[in-house]
Amino acid sequence: MTDTLTPVLTAHWGEPDSFTLAGYERTGGYQGLRKAVAMTPDDVISTVKNAVLRGRGGAGFPTGVKWSFIPQGDNKPHYLTVNADESEPGTCKDIPLMMATPHTLIEGAIITCYAIRAGHGFIYVRGEVLHVIRRLQQAVAEAYQAGYLGKNILGSGFDLDIVVHAGAGAYICGEETALLTSLEGYRGLPRNRPPFPAVEGLYACPTVINNVESVSSVPSIMADGAEWFAGMGTEKSKGYGIFSLSGHVTRPGQYEAPLGITLRELLDLAGGIRAGHRLKFWTPGGSSTPLLTDAHLDVPLDFEGVAAAGSILGTRALQIFDETTCVVRAALRWTEFYQHESCGKCTPCREGSYWMVRAIERLEQGQGTDEDLETMLDVGDNIIGRAFCALGDAVPVPFSSAVKYFRDEFLQHQKEGGCPFDPAASTLWADR
Amino acid sequence: MPLSDEALARLRPDAAEIIGRYPRARSALLPLLHLVQSEEGYVSDDGVKFCAEVLGCTETEVAGVVSFYTMYKNHPAAEYQVGVCTNTLCAIMGGDQIFAELAEHLGASPEDEEHGAGSHGEIKSPDGKVGVERVECNAACDYAPVIMVNWEFFDNMTPDSARKLVDDLRAGNKVTPTRGPGRLCTWKQASRILAGFGDGQASDGPSAGPASLVGLELAKERGWKAPEPSSGGAK
Repeated sequence: MTDTLTPVLTAHWGEPDSFTLAGYERTGGYQGLRKAVAMTPDDVISTVKNAVLRGRGGAGFPTGVKWSFIPQGDNKPHYLTVNADESEPGTCKDIPLMMATPHTLIEGAIITCYAIRAGHGFIYVRGEVLHVIRRLQQAVAEAYQAGYLGKNILGSGFDLDIVVHAGAGAYICGEETALLTSLEGYRGLPRNRPPFPAVEGLYACPTVINNVESVSSVPSIMADGAEWFAGMGTEKSKGYGIFSLSGHVTRPGQYEAPLGITLRELLDLAGGIRAGHRLKFWTPGGSSTPLLTDAHLDVPLDFEGVAAAGSILGTRALQIFDETTCVVRAALRWTEFYQHESCGKCTPCREGSYWMVRAIERLEQGQGTDEDLETMLDVGDNIIGRAFCALGDAVPVPFSSAVKYFRDEFLQHQKEGGCPFDPAASTLWADR
Repeated sequence: MPLSDEALARLRPDAAEIIGRYPRARSALLPLLHLVQSEEGYVSDDGVKFCAEVLGCTETEVAGVVSFYTMYKNHPAAEYQVGVCTNTLCAIMGGDQIFAELAEHLGASPEDEEHGAGSHGEIKSPDGKVGVERVECNAACDYAPVIMVNWEFFDNMTPDSARKLVDDLRAGNKVTPTRGPGRLCTWKQASRILAGFGDGQASDGPSAGPASLVGLELAKERGWKAPEPSSGGAK
């Protein structure tokens, strides 16, 4: 029986020097890389495949399978791009990871590049996290000095350069094809697929794009084995993951557990909903994943369990809201976010998000009608599947899932001609 | 504010170093824009021209990129840019109230405070030292409500602590981010780090904040850990 919490990625975050090379090596750092370079690249890919590591950025695609799509012997340069553009509302796991143990990510990136035969790797980190960028820059410099980067790494004959690339403020660049366009020095617009990045990615060359947590899980798989990793979690969702609890809980923060833990268990660990209040709604994996309610406390938080409950595991960003929170206000603010971040390329997303904000605003102010509600659900349905990328698919999610579970609350706004909630009751200092 | 010949001479070797990091020069555009912002506090017409010149592309192409990304300013930024997260979770936890009270504290007019859709307008202190704006989710939700100053974390803020923060910044008092270096750097200095030139402060500050460690500490308390590997790891 596996323990309830299984700190692996977070295990050394409490050490005062966890972000230094010395601190990382003292706790077993770079042992996974030593094992990897003693193997063939194909064997490294097989190991990650056998571990059934699934992408931790939200989509859950098997990482090793993604790597195996990179054509070999094609005489083109291959690239790794680490997606460190963590910006999905509610998601806050990669940023503390890179702040506390940047070398975990660097080691994982080196192993990944070795496996896919890439000579150049990029860490595309959002620009708005200065101290994380300092730590990444320092870690890369230390890795060069120690011979983990550069020429002939650990005598293996493998050469690799890694660049820390700071973004400039654009949620869309967390979408993998927009990220590539941005990294090429353009406006961050998504590209149509196919061709997939594994065939035509950065500079139209084969490219792997992996999330920070996915790449950072690789060193432990190399060091401790695929079986060890797959021994945690559930049948189809293997291994551990970081669960980020935020909002109206007693002890918000990061909880690393095998996939499949439930919100009931996590809330128990976090001291429950803040004193005197009860759970109203939550996101399982960021604002792009449909809201769930207190009816879903026992849903296993793995890819299959959350999908069966009508949502998406996403990034395990559990934003928790209690009964003081107006769901209309929450849905409006998320929709405003998508409108602000829509890159403008696809008409349904650009225009749909604009009009949805205006209609939800009216509903929130108690001036909407039943018809507005129906029209906006219809508009939402017409955005989904009609934009290049997943941002469009996410636009209607907060609103439609809020209506699904709390239609009466929307109607109550109409009846009372305004919002029946007191925003002061939801604040951090409300009960002080 | 034109870029002086002296400034251009100073920027050229830095630009060459940035371009040298990439297989293709154009990839250097985002860091180059951070670099010109570190000189002037914003991306000026001269800054655009400089980037176009060193990359061999047109000014229009560069300007198109500048306008896409929110971190590039088209007017001189304040020395300290205070970003209040008003995305849903922080807003509900108190970010909306913090923003409203800061705006009032700086004597902003009601229309400045109004949160119209897509309004990310900025309020400046009369002395121009501090700019207050709304920011989107900054990946610190477990520390909500969050404020960023020059992209450093200020966790678990309240209206009172936010007012004190702005007052300290305006008075030139020492201000320390919750998870960051001991000394807060200026907007221009921050932009230079984003361009890839470190300031030697990476080892300052904690490895992790308290909320990042709650699960780990609980696991230690209860003796929970990941299973031991059975054999020698990867075969």
